[in-house]
Amino acid sequence: MAEGTATTLENGIAVSRARWKYLDNILNRSGPFTDPDSFEPGETIAESLARAKVLVIGAGGLGCEILKNLALSGFKDIHVIDMDTIDVSNLNRQFLFRQADVGSYKADVAAKFVEKRVKGVKITPYCGKIQDKDEEYYMQFAMVVCGLDSIEARRWINATLVGMVDEENPDSMKPLVDGGTEGFKGQARVIFPTMTSCIECQLDMHAPRAAVPLCTLATIPRQPQHCIEWAHIIAWDEERKDITLDTDDPEHITWLYQKALKRAQEFNISGVTYSMTQGVVKNIIPAIASTNAIVAASCCNEAFKIATNTNPFLGYPGTDNYMMYTGDESIYTYTFEHQKKADCPVCNPDALARPLTVSTALTLQEFRDTLAEKPELQLKKTSIRSEAKTLYYVQPASLEEQTRHNLDKKLSELVEDGEEVAITDPAFPTLVFKYKLTFN
Amino acid sequence: MADLPPPVQGPTAKEKKYDRQLRLWGATGQAALENAHILLINSGPGVVGLETLKNLVLPGIGKFTIQDSAIVSEADLGVNFFLEEQQLGRFRAEATSSLLKELNPDVEGYFVTEPVESFLTRPDSLMPYTLILVTAPIRPELLSQLSAHADASLIPLLYIHSVGFYSHFSIHLPPAFPVVDTHPDPETTGDLRLLKPWQDLLEYATAKTKGMEAMGAEDHGHVPYIALLLHYLEKWKQEHGGEPPKEYKEKTAFRDILSKAARTDNPEGGEENFDEAVAAVLKSLNSPEPSSAVKDIFKRKESLALSAESASFWVIANAIGLFYAKYGVLPLPGSVPDMKARSADYIELQNVYKSKARKDLAEVVENVRFIERSSNRPTTIEEKDIEAFCKNAAHIKLIEGRPFHVVEAGQPIKWGDKAKWMAQNLASLFPDYLLPLYIAFLAWDEFAATHDKDGLGGAPKVPGETDQQFDSEKTTGIALKILDDLVKDAKASLDEDELSTVRTQTSDFVQELVRAGGAELHNISALTGGLISQEVIKIITEQYIPVDNTCIFDGIRSKTAVIQV
Repeated sequence: MAEGTATTLENGIAVSRARWKYLDNILNRSGPFTDPDSFEPGETIAESLARAKVLVIGAGGLGCEILKNLALSGFKDIHVIDMDTIDVSNLNRQFLFRQADVGSYKADVAAKFVEKRVKGVKITPYCGKIQDKDEEYYMQFAMVVCGLDSIEARRWINATLVGMVDEENPDSMKPLVDGGTEGFKGQARVIFPTMTSCIECQLDMHAPRAAVPLCTLATIPRQPQHCIEWAHIIAWDEERKDITLDTDDPEHITWLYQKALKRAQEFNISGVTYSMTQGVVKNIIPAIASTNAIVAASCCNEAFKIATNTNPFLGYPGTDNYMMYTGDESIYTYTFEHQKKADCPVCNPDALARPLTVSTALTLQEFRDTLAEKPELQLKKTSIRSEAKTLYYVQPASLEEQTRHNLDKKLSELVEDGEEVAITDPAFPTLVFKYKLTFN
Repeated sequence: MADLPPPVQGPTAKEKKYDRQLRLWGATGQAALENAHILLINSGPGVVGLETLKNLVLPGIGKFTIQDSAIVSEADLGVNFFLEEQQLGRFRAEATSSLLKELNPDVEGYFVTEPVESFLTRPDSLMPYTLILVTAPIRPELLSQLSAHADASLIPLLYIHSVGFYSHFSIHLPPAFPVVDTHPDPETTGDLRLLKPWQDLLEYATAKTKGMEAMGAEDHGHVPYIALLLHYLEKWKQEHGGEPPKEYKEKTAFRDILSKAARTDNPEGGEENFDEAVAAVLKSLNSPEPSSAVKDIFKRKESLALSAESASFWVIANAIGLFYAKYGVLPLPGSVPDMKARSADYIELQNVYKSKARKDLAEVVENVRFIERSSNRPTTIEEKDIEAFCKNAAHIKLIEGRPFHVVEAGQPIKWGDKAKWMAQNLASLFPDYLLPLYIAFLAWDEFAATHDKDGLGGAPKVPGETDQQFDSEKTTGIALKILDDLVKDAKASLDEDELSTVRTQTSDFVQELVRAGGAELHNISALTGGLISQEVIKIITEQYIPVDNTCIFDGIRSKTAVIQV
């Protein structure tokens, strides 16, 4: 009886490994670049892959690919977080979703699909925000793979993972693999929190598009986009203040489109279309299956190498950690080591304040506006305090009210030349951005 | 709402579904995709070809056909996403085709289970397809046959490897593959003709800068920067014998003049329009000379010797060549970047550029019509095609497609005129030049060409399937011979050390390939499928610029390289 059981077990293993014949060629053999100190070919690697719990953040264009890729790389315990539901415009690339799934949660549908297709993999979905979860939750994972379209979410998880590192406990260091795409371009990067450059160090690589000045929108529009922004920011508030703008409501978009069109005609500007209106209002970024496939697979290739040591991976301190991809003109990749920044507020909370020269003419509100556009800051809801006093707090409401009158004051009336200010944003509750202001 | 125009037709269901890609390649690109029929000749574990098709089915390619005679095995299920357990034992072509079709109901999918050898013996078997993908391993005589078909029918052919952590693909395009809609970066490619202004533009600048010193702050701060540049250029020319600033030093001096001309006695402490003018000096004060690549297109035989059958591209190229010969510049593209200006002044400036562009276009159209008459063309080229060409004339691209290497057992690789250049790069670009990895793939092909699974000339056996050590040595030997032949062919002067470093690199690549034993890693195949599908989209839509002609991916260092072979 005991013997019989053993045979079944062996057979069971034999059958399941037959499925992984190709993967096992790599797991069971050394190559010219494998490091004999960290890679011992054989069964134990497949087992540790099966045990490694991986968190995937995002179940959209990149996330669908990432889930498929990890499942077919031998990972067995995958978790996925996404707060979004499926929209019809996702179907040109998010291949785990069908027309009938429109409206359902992405994380749910994606997890079920991959579980059904790849037998033996367990995918645990969470339909919500990453901010809902605490350090204890993130501590359970061996690594995190991100496929997000939001810089804010990336910065949040980055700050959380860097903050979790406890030098006494090597398991507290969770590698973060991050991908991003825009049209024919994209990037994949690997972060070993506290050891390599982090997402905050690299923030200025993804500078936000400069906003069009309000006076251009209000008085001297020149481009069709200016007319659309005017309808969006100014006309809506003037005429439909009581209705909350829903950029997914066709009636709302149509209203904005018609307003924009009329304004464009007044100024002899051509080119306002419905599609452009949607694009501007929703800040639509072109997205295609091919670029997602490239970037997601690059992320998963690194995740697989990190988990198995089957070959050197990006992000090993002192080596390349960032791959940029461009596909619109031939194919071009640039793979390099992004250096850690000494004054990064995430990697180094005790860093000295960064120097910043500001005009004496700036009001506090105008100063706050520049903080939203500064490539290395990109903060939209800033609270500011100087060494001496609180200048402006976005919350709580009572403090906001008390400090609101400062917004129209000149910065030079509120702070001394050479004084330090500390800037915070509720999106990143653990971070303080310090600047030493000099007036010109 | 009474004062608003009547309600609009919102986007169609199809426009909604494809919104994120239509913003890249537009309705014409989409229509081209929908008219395509792609054939995949699949082999090996078969993942990379399917991952490629996935990224073409999703954006709505018209039709695809999978030729594959393999039967779904247990091992397929561990690496291929488009197979299910209950399909074990069925034809892989049928199973994968049906699961791919699920991704997009607009796409038609077909399959062929007949072995590739007999499939290709039928004379018309390749007729329906507008583009062919073929994955390694495949017998060299069959690959040659496909290459001959690509040559004769001008059908693009892509040959693909995905082995372990490495991949490769080569593209065989028609001998002349022109692209008009290359989508150059608008930031870097404006053509404002500031050094060759025409009368209307000069008049505009004069009018807008008249009495500038006396202008109020509002007016002064809203003079469009193009008018500022032209105004100060005229002054500069008067002081410099009629010559504009040419050398870098002169341009920076000119830039300083502009900086100093800005008013600073305002709350902002400067003027945005002057800042824009300063920023534009180095970028915009260049003579609008077309690149030699573009001038070469005008001089090609296809452009000079036109017939009734010539493609419209060549007729328009000839017509623009005539325009260039007459004026020494290309037709004006006519677009103007946004700038600090009052609405009416900006729109007026736009119209100055647009009218000139329309005038240039009219002249090119006239040239085209003349050519059409004199070459007895049966059809008339649409004006919108001529307009698109004129708008992007400075950035049109011609790729000279050619066959890739087909490794024949015992035959040396023909490197042709590329040999010298390649051999030199081996040393100078080490270790980022991935030619040694390409050579490793050629050696892998030669091994497969000389081994078969059953010893009866059936399916090719690839290195490392059973004996890693033995096959490694054998394939390394083949690769080093290919490398030595190349260096000899090129009469290149690599010293002992350089050669030995490159030989080590080549043999490492071979060993890593053999380690895989023909296995595909899903990640590498997914990534490569992404690269290839993107190339296919560029080729079919004739937009953006495809790879010329070979791309290598190293998944260990996460680098790609494009080489011309």
